Amino acid sequence: MTSLSISHGHVAADMLPAREAPPIKRVPIVKMLFGDVMSAALTAGALVTVLALMPALKWGFVDATWATADPAACRAGGACWAFIGAKLRFILFGLYPPEEQWRPMMMMGLMVLMVLVSLSPALWGRKLVTAWLAGVAMMLGLMWGGFAGLPFVPTSQWGGLPVTLLLALLSLGCGFPFAVFLALGRRSSLPIPRFLSVGLIETIRGLPLVGLLFVASILLPLLLPPTWTIDKLGRTFAALTVFAAAYLAEVIRGGLQAIPSGQVEAAKALGIPHWKAIQHIVMPQAIQKVIPPLTNTAIVMVKNTSLVMIVGVFDMLSAGRSAAMDPVWPAPYREAYLFVGLIYFALCVAIAYYARWLELRVKAKDYR
Amino acid sequence: MMSAEKPSNREPSAIAIRNLDKWYGTYHALRNVTLSVKPGERIVICGPSGSGKSTLIRCVNHLEEHQQGEIVVNGVTLNDSLKNIDAIRRDVGMVFQHFNLFPHLTVLENCALPQILSRGTPRKLAEERGMQLLERVRIPEQALKYPGQLSGGQQQRVAIARALCMSPKIMLFDEPTSALDPEMVKEVLDTMVALAEEGMTMIVVTHEMGFARRVADRVVFMDRGAIVESSAPDAFFDAPTHERTKSFLSQIVH
Repeated sequence: MTSLSISHGHVAADMLPAREAPPIKRVPIVKMLFGDVMSAALTAGALVTVLALMPALKWGFVDATWATADPAACRAGGACWAFIGAKLRFILFGLYPPEEQWRPMMMMGLMVLMVLVSLSPALWGRKLVTAWLAGVAMMLGLMWGGFAGLPFVPTSQWGGLPVTLLLALLSLGCGFPFAVFLALGRRSSLPIPRFLSVGLIETIRGLPLVGLLFVASILLPLLLPPTWTIDKLGRTFAALTVFAAAYLAEVIRGGLQAIPSGQVEAAKALGIPHWKAIQHIVMPQAIQKVIPPLTNTAIVMVKNTSLVMIVGVFDMLSAGRSAAMDPVWPAPYREAYLFVGLIYFALCVAIAYYARWLELRVKAKDYR
Repeated sequence: MMSAEKPSNREPSAIAIRNLDKWYGTYHALRNVTLSVKPGERIVICGPSGSGKSTLIRCVNHLEEHQQGEIVVNGVTLNDSLKNIDAIRRDVGMVFQHFNLFPHLTVLENCALPQILSRGTPRKLAEERGMQLLERVRIPEQALKYPGQLSGGQQQRVAIARALCMSPKIMLFDEPTSALDPEMVKEVLDTMVALAEEGMTMIVVTHEMGFARRVADRVVFMDRGAIVESSAPDAFFDAPTHERTKSFLSQIVH
């Protein structure tokens, strides 16, 4: 019986030898571009768009002034990229005293280093949180100074990219743990935490961020006793943090709802205390499930920091705008905004790619 | 904690359930259920769906709350005291129909983390014990995989190992093979038979009548929230006394 089935398999293999895969069908390029009405229309549309963009490209590249010491040379009509070079330090660091600008530079270096170290989930844990607390203290210390021979620089002189990065990172970083408790509170069976969470989330979500920033920067100092002076940057940061927390909380709640009840039941049956089950069993799974919407909120928050401009905080967008106001240069607003926009774009794309990598890692565990 | 134990005039039971009633809203899910399980005894509970079998065993470790009657596990009365609930859950392991493994943890972490979280066992010891139990269910080679990478039968064996890591005195099985492909049922039943042969006290909700005949000391038939019949497997299968039992058996045993 055994030998029969083997010889049978052998015969079958002889009769049906492996063959080469058929060649991949190639569509001629003309057919691809103009094969049917739809393709032809799209091709024509694309050509028209490219032609319409030609003047912009001419402005940006062909006629552009790339480098000059003389602002008057920029009046020829093309883009004035020389302006970006001349004003780079101002756009990046704002009013921060020029001879001290190595400090925000180092601060950003430290931030990038810490972010890079924190990318791999393998290192996530209590030690990393401690390292971040110390790191943030060092970053703020570098910016403020007032010790070890570093001159004190008040937050009113901070500006540019460091302010944008600090606001984005700290509002998300401080908002996240806050959001975890809001999400748990909203799902709690106890009435008081639930009502507090629902009330806070719905209030914050119901207000525009601009309104919240006005409340924090203008209304709050009027309401608080005059002795309580909280720094304007600090108040702006607080407003961004609660705003981020409310949105993150709803995203995390979505993740919590996706966890089957069997997970908590198994934890209970194994005698795992409730809060430890939340921390080690429920929350990690909930957060892994909502990486895409968390990314979305992170990107939105990075861009939202630019709104602090309207309450007079000197972030990167404000710095770019102020730089372009310099009467020596021929009002290069387009160049300034394009440059600042490029930096925002780079930041957001980096976040998006990191999130994609994280998601692939989670998928690699192949769980259902 | 054990001092809460009251002097008993009955023979010592691993589980004593007396006059248990449970309602879901207005639906009467368990009706005056009385069941006593001796240490080392193996009970199989069967019955049509919705008959309250799962609800009954989920009341034993307080995954469901009963409204009337009494449950005493190894001398500890199940009431609202969190201390008593904890004490009972320490003694009682449970295996679920859908495994309920933790998908974000490896197989070994699934076995080790509960010991660390509920007992403060040092990680090294917890992992050693996890490996021992994975060897006992014969899948130590899967220790570093994630549950989603395993077959259903393998996952259920991990779930059994995970429960055994906590050194329970009693094991509850809630339809452990119902979610499995047919060719995987045997490997899980074999593991359960081996456990029974080691003297574990077990309550198993299942429709595997072959397992019941081979392993059970007693088969309990439930219908509409009440225990209809309870007898040794031979008597149960060969000479059922109630009409309801007869018609149920005629439908599932061929």
